[in-house]
Amino acid sequence: MADFLMPALGADMETGRVVQWLVAPGATVKSGDVVAVVETHKGAIDVEIFLDGVIHDLVPLNTPLPVGAVLARVALPDAAPVTATPALAQTPTLAPALPQQRLTATAAAAPAPAPARPRISPAARQRARQLGIDPVTLQGHGADAVVTLADVERAAAARSAAMPASAVPPARGGGFDPAQMRQAIAAAMARSKREIPHYYLGQSIDFAAASDWITRWNADRPPEQRLLPAVLLLKATARALQAVPPLNGFWENGSFRAGDGIHIGWAIALRGGGLVAPAIHHADRLSLSELMEHLRDLVQRARSGGLRSSELTDPTITVTSLGDRGADSVYGVIYPPQVAIVGFGRVQPQPWVVDGQIVVRPVLQASLAADHRASDGHLGGQLLAAIDKALQAPETL
Amino acid sequence: MSPEDIRLLAADVLAGIAPEADLGTVGEHEDLREALDLDSMDFLNFIIGLSQRSGRPIPESDYPQLFTLQGLVRYLSS
Repeated sequence: MADFLMPALGADMETGRVVQWLVAPGATVKSGDVVAVVETHKGAIDVEIFLDGVIHDLVPLNTPLPVGAVLARVALPDAAPVTATPALAQTPTLAPALPQQRLTATAAAAPAPAPARPRISPAARQRARQLGIDPVTLQGHGADAVVTLADVERAAAARSAAMPASAVPPARGGGFDPAQMRQAIAAAMARSKREIPHYYLGQSIDFAAASDWITRWNADRPPEQRLLPAVLLLKATARALQAVPPLNGFWENGSFRAGDGIHIGWAIALRGGGLVAPAIHHADRLSLSELMEHLRDLVQRARSGGLRSSELTDPTITVTSLGDRGADSVYGVIYPPQVAIVGFGRVQPQPWVVDGQIVVRPVLQASLAADHRASDGHLGGQLLAAIDKALQAPETL
Repeated sequence: MSPEDIRLLAADVLAGIAPEADLGTVGEHEDLREALDLDSMDFLNFIIGLSQRSGRPIPESDYPQLFTLQGLVRYLSS
């Protein structure tokens, strides 16, 4: 038997609660399967399991539990020989909690686990829970069929028309809450500023080559295949980290632990306030088109629910890019236990000296905040220089 | 497409990107990105939605014509 624990979905999480189990007791699970939806201050997160075996003793829904609490037990195949009980054989008994549609989808997705539950905005999820409506029964009318607040209200209106008021379950509070998220960010950032001796470096980068390259790439492609400058920044940072590995990893128990890959946490501002920086795994190995696809998917899921637990636990560094309407530059606060955060301001036309002449160039302000316990400014400067160099040859990214 | 259809289309596409954004509160000449706080990813998704549903390719060099409601209606009705 092994325990499946409440994961720490970032340094700023203390408690969470399971709002949906995507497997039935007795189901066979594989490492990497999404088995539960856990509500945190970052919204609803699809939690993966990293055990193989048969899952039992699932905790009840909606109970607040601390990080590290046991959520379920898993009988490992070698420890306890299990008479193979396919998940599907058990499903009919679970009909009320898990509609058939959900189980079929989960089973079909098993080889390449993907969240099969409907996408739902955090506000809609919270309202649905208050009203006691199961989101899987709802038809989404938002982008990509996301279930919106309006869909929930519509369903509630339809139900109350069909059902006596006394049958409506009592409202439950909680769920995603901007004030709670603000508090969690405050705690993590205060800890960062208290514990991490930051040093800061800034560098102006001529963005003309990157800009021209993107314009040419986008010119003859339909909108859905176009790239944003953000993907060049991501890839250039990932490449630079290959050359400067001491900035990619964690400060733990008084020493540096290198990341097991380059997993860039991409800071995403949430509408209505708050911030989340989920990982793009192995960003250095992805093509620009793949990175763009990941980025679009990540932004969509960060805002409408459905981030995966590994995306919140794995980032080895954070990148924050302010985009085309942001400020000129940004100096970030390191997200512990990471050791660095790279910031990019808005690209703007600026005077620039080329061969002793002043010309106008699109210029990008790049910055680095890094943990002085793990590295020095000399090394940090190498990272920014490597990012600059990579952006001068966008065709190689 | 009639100007009315274009407005409905824009509102519909927008609802999927920024569900709380209300196109009705945006002036004809206001920059949609500023008024609705759309970042570059939001705006690209907006263009993708408009392009797919109107059948127009909307090259990147035309984006500035779609920054305002008036420009957008003019562009897609031409």
